[in-house]
Amino acid sequence: MAKRDESSELLRELVAHLRQNRTQLREEWVGRISETRLLTAMTKEEIFAEATSVYDSYVEALETETFEALQAYARNLSERIIPRGVETHEVVGIVLLLRDVLARSLFAKYQTDFKKLNRILDAYEPAANRIANTVAVGFVQERERVIRQQQEAIRELSTPVLQVRERLLILPIIGVIDPQRARQLTEQLLRGIRTNRAKVVVIDITGVAAMDVTVANHLVQTVEASRLLGATVIVTGLSPEIAQTLVTIGVDLGKMNTVGDLQGGIEQAERLLGYKVMALAEPN
Amino acid sequence: MEVPILKQGAVLIATFQAALSDADLNHLRSALVQQVVRFRSRGVIVDVTAMDVMDSFASRTLREIAHIIRLRGAETVIVGIQPEVAFAMVQLGLTLEGVATALDLEEGLAYLNQKFKTMK
Amino acid sequence: MSRVEIRVTISSDQDIVVARQKGRSLALELGFSSGDATLIATAISELARNIVSYAGSGQIALKDLQGSTRVGITVTASDTGPGIPNVSQALRDGFSTSGSLGLGLPGVRRLMDEFEIDSKPGQGTRVVVKKWRP
Repeated sequence: MAKRDESSELLRELVAHLRQNRTQLREEWVGRISETRLLTAMTKEEIFAEATSVYDSYVEALETETFEALQAYARNLSERIIPRGVETHEVVGIVLLLRDVLARSLFAKYQTDFKKLNRILDAYEPAANRIANTVAVGFVQERERVIRQQQEAIRELSTPVLQVRERLLILPIIGVIDPQRARQLTEQLLRGIRTNRAKVVVIDITGVAAMDVTVANHLVQTVEASRLLGATVIVTGLSPEIAQTLVTIGVDLGKMNTVGDLQGGIEQAERLLGYKVMALAEPN
Repeated sequence: MEVPILKQGAVLIATFQAALSDADLNHLRSALVQQVVRFRSRGVIVDVTAMDVMDSFASRTLREIAHIIRLRGAETVIVGIQPEVAFAMVQLGLTLEGVATALDLEEGLAYLNQKFKTMK
Repeated sequence: MSRVEIRVTISSDQDIVVARQKGRSLALELGFSSGDATLIATAISELARNIVSYAGSGQIALKDLQGSTRVGITVTASDTGPGIPNVSQALRDGFSTSGSLGLGLPGVRRLMDEFEIDSKPGQGTRVVVKKWRP
C-alpha cells in the first residue's frame, strides 16, 4: 500500500514536470518524429496538432492512471489516419519516441539525485508501457476492423448470385477463391436458392484460374448442399487442370453435371426447366 | 413427441415439428411404413422445415425411410432442408444420396405428381 | 479464462437434443452467426450421440473461449466408457464400430476449428473441440 502511495506521489511530481515543460518537450518530440521519417503521409501542421493531443492524453493517463480516454482517443486517431495510409510501425514508433523523449528529460532533471531518478523511472516505466500498449492495440484493432469491412465489401461484390430467368440462378465465380470466400459463396448461393425458389443453378468457373484441393472440396459441397435444397447444379467452364484436381480428390465427374461453357450450361438449364413447366401445365 | 402424418390423396405428408429425439425418429419410420401399406400410398413427403439440426442419425433415418418405402413401391421426397442445415450436413458428409429432395411442400408435390405420370 | 460453463449430463437420446439446443443458444449469445451456430449444434449432436452409442453415459460441457482478440466456444465431450482402441483409424472417414455411418469424428473435425481427442482403452474418451468467431 505504502509503495503504491509513493508511486502515485512520484507520478504526480512527474506529471507536474511534463505540464511545465509541455511546449519544449512537444517540440522535441515532433522534431524526432520528422527526423526518423515517421508519419510521412501527414503534413507538419497535422503532425503537430495530433502530437499535441497525444501528449496531453498521455499526461492525463499518467495523472489519472486510467486509460479509457486515451484508448478512445487512440481509436479516434486511428480512424482518421488509417485511410491516409499510416502504418502500424509508425504509430508504435511515435509513442515509443515520446516515451524516450520524456525519459531523457527525466534523466536531465534528476541526474544529480540518482536514487530519486531510479524511483521516478520505476513509477514512470510501467505506466508508459501501458500507454504504448493501449495506443498500439487500439490502432491494430481499428486497422483490423477496417480490413474486415473492406474484405466483406469486396466479397459481396465478387460473388453475385444472378437470376437470369425465373427459377434459374447463375453464379459466375471470378478470381482467387480462398476457403473463407468459398464458404461465403456457398452460403449466399443457398440463401439465393431459397429466396428465388431456384430449381437450377449454373456455377460458371471459367474465371477461376487455379483451385486447390480445399477449394475443390468446397465446390463439391456446394453442389451437394444445393441438391439438398432441391436445386440441380450445372458446373460450366471447368478447365482441364481443375477437372484433374477434382478427379484427384475422388470426385466422380460423371455424377457432377458439367457442361463446357456458360452458354451451353444455360441451354441445358432451360431444358431442365422447360421439362418441368410442361409437366406442371397438365391438369392433375 | 408425435409426428403428425397427413393423408392427401395418394400422398402421405409427415411434418417434423421441432427437434426430434432418436426415439421420435424411429417411431416416425415405423408409422410411415405402416401407413404407406395401409393406404397404398404412392408417395411420401417428409417436411423437415422446422429441423434446425440434421445429424448423422437423422440423416440415416431419412435414407432408411426412403429405401423402405421404395421397396413398398412408393416414392419419398424430403422437403424444406434449411440452407444452414444443408451446409452443416455436407460438412459432415451427409448428402442423402439416392433420396429425392425439393425446396418445399409445393415443390415436393409437383415432383411426386410428375413421377406418378411417368410411372403410369 | 471463461465466463460461462454449461454442463449437460448425457445418458439418453433425449439429452442429445438438450445438449445441442443449449449449445446453439450459447453460440448465438457469444455472437456467432446462425449458420455457425448450426455447425456447432450439429457437432454437439454428433459428440453426444457418440457418448450414448459407445459409452452409455457421459457429459457435454460448453464454455465460452476468451482469446486476446477474439471470442469462441469450447465443447468438451467426456465419458468413462470403453475408449477408442485406435484413434487414428476412428478419425478416418468411413470408420465405424457400432453400425452407425462412422462419419462422426472426422465430420465433427470439419465442422469445428480445433479438435483434440484423448482416449484410453477401458478408461474413457475426452474430445475437446473449439470454434472461433470469424
